[in-house]
Amino acid sequence: MEWLSPAEWEAVRLSLRVSFWATLVALPFGLFVAYALARWRFPGKQVVNGLVHLPLILPPVVTGYLLLLVFSPRAPVGGFLQSLGISFAFHWTGAALAAGIMGFPLMVRAMRLSIEAVDPKLEQAAATLGASRIWVFATVTLPMVLPGVLAGSILAFAKAMGEFGATITFVSNIPGQTQTLPSAIYAFLQVPGGEASALRLVLVAVVVAMLALLLSEWVSRRVAARVGGA
Amino acid sequence: MLEVAVRHRLGDFTLDAVFDAPQGLTVLFGRSGSGKTSVINAVAGLIRPDAGRVRVGDRVLGDTAQGIWLPPDRRGLGYIFQEGRLFPHLSVRQNLLYGRWFSRSSLPLDPVVEMLGLGGLLTRRPGALSGGEKQRVAIGRALLADPGLILADEPLAALDEARKAEILPYFERLRDEARCPILYVSHSAAEVARLATTVVVLQDGRVIRQGTASEVLSDPAVTPAGIRAVGAVLEARVAAHHEDGLTELDACGLSLFLPRVRQDIGAPLRVRIAAQEVILSRNRPEGLSALNILPGTVDSIREGDGPGAMVSLDTAAGRVLARITRRSAEALGLAPGVSCFAVVKTVAIAREDVGGA
Repeated sequence: MEWLSPAEWEAVRLSLRVSFWATLVALPFGLFVAYALARWRFPGKQVVNGLVHLPLILPPVVTGYLLLLVFSPRAPVGGFLQSLGISFAFHWTGAALAAGIMGFPLMVRAMRLSIEAVDPKLEQAAATLGASRIWVFATVTLPMVLPGVLAGSILAFAKAMGEFGATITFVSNIPGQTQTLPSAIYAFLQVPGGEASALRLVLVAVVVAMLALLLSEWVSRRVAARVGGA
Repeated sequence: MLEVAVRHRLGDFTLDAVFDAPQGLTVLFGRSGSGKTSVINAVAGLIRPDAGRVRVGDRVLGDTAQGIWLPPDRRGLGYIFQEGRLFPHLSVRQNLLYGRWFSRSSLPLDPVVEMLGLGGLLTRRPGALSGGEKQRVAIGRALLADPGLILADEPLAALDEARKAEILPYFERLRDEARCPILYVSHSAAEVARLATTVVVLQDGRVIRQGTASEVLSDPAVTPAGIRAVGAVLEARVAAHHEDGLTELDACGLSLFLPRVRQDIGAPLRVRIAAQEVILSRNRPEGLSALNILPGTVDSIREGDGPGAMVSLDTAAGRVLARITRRSAEALGLAPGVSCFAVVKTVAIAREDVGGA
């Protein structure tokens, strides 16, 4: 990797790590919220729906500032987590948290649509054959929503790769800790002679985004063929 | 054997159905909107009624008075749905084994595969099956769950006539061979005539009649499938297969001629004779092309609002219903006690109306 300087390479690696963990940790929460929104009726459902979508609509800077208010070590939640040894402030985990929250609505939307597309009659049929709720989910619902889960995850990953505003507001722009790919591009553009570095990182961003897109297309086509049963 | 009581309100509609069914195949018979599907779904535990009790033998599946209402997965069911509801992401073999795995049953796959003719389909996906094949897989899947109760909700309604004829014999076998009761929802008089051990007639959410197929279908007051679908059921035995393609039946001494049937000589058969295909004559007709002439005595005449009248005739073979005009009934001087002849064309007896008893 001669063509990327160590600093550039570090930003790329950090971004991949942040996005990977942001997506992986958000996945079970996203699936649960998507299932609840698609299938359950409960009081305050619209509030939950609104909260999930908030990061999509709010300026990212506002989301980042809200995260700071909640998770800074001086805030109650952040202080409590710090006493458990979990720290987000100025740490790559904070970047992952910000990226995960920003990608969450995209993930939930894709999953919710695919869960809504599953005919509840198939789940009923599974129940009459002796499958308990959890088994119905594992053997019928989940395999059928797999394309949506994958699409949602890849969307969230791509969003996390590009996340800038909330991250820089929440955990600043520290090389090696919180300076992800977009932050690094921004930083390189602020110093004289940094354009070449910025351009190389832009190229990486484009390639990663394209790969993610192609991968999602390929995977969802394979899964759809398997589920569709043609 | 199967004890059902369900009370449930859905908007303006009140369901209040109570019946006991013996071993065998019980058809819940009624027009759409009569509450049949709600009853079967309550029996399955897919809905929880306001009040209800469901018992199979001595197993209580639900009794709201005692606060018991088992979820569907703990009821030991085999449910055959109208649309098959096969799992599209699983192969036919995996679909068949789905319920067996949960019931921890060790029923062998092969006899079911053989009985339903599924041998060539096992590796296929449901998306690649025809309607009739799908329904055969659905029957197999329900059987392999080793159920204590088989439910079927209009399993033939989505099929064309040829596919219906393909699937009906499997339900006849199920009725004769299954060791558990079968509850079967239908609005088709032909299916009732061929399959039912017991018929429970549902109308506006209530049970209005219960009995054997021949008792219920020969009651002119019971018309859940519409007046055109009324027809009595005669029980008979195959007497001879003739060389000209006809089968002769013996119905308590009376001969009936049908288009050739599969059953062997001596086999019991049920024949449904649609009331609108029956002609009445005061004298034994001569020089007539129709082959089936049944002498009998008028039992009752029911007149509706329209121009029609339903005449029920007692013959040696059993009750026969004839739908004629009021004008004809007057012209013939028909009245209870009057003797006359019922005339039925052989070709008017539809293939779907003949089945093993």
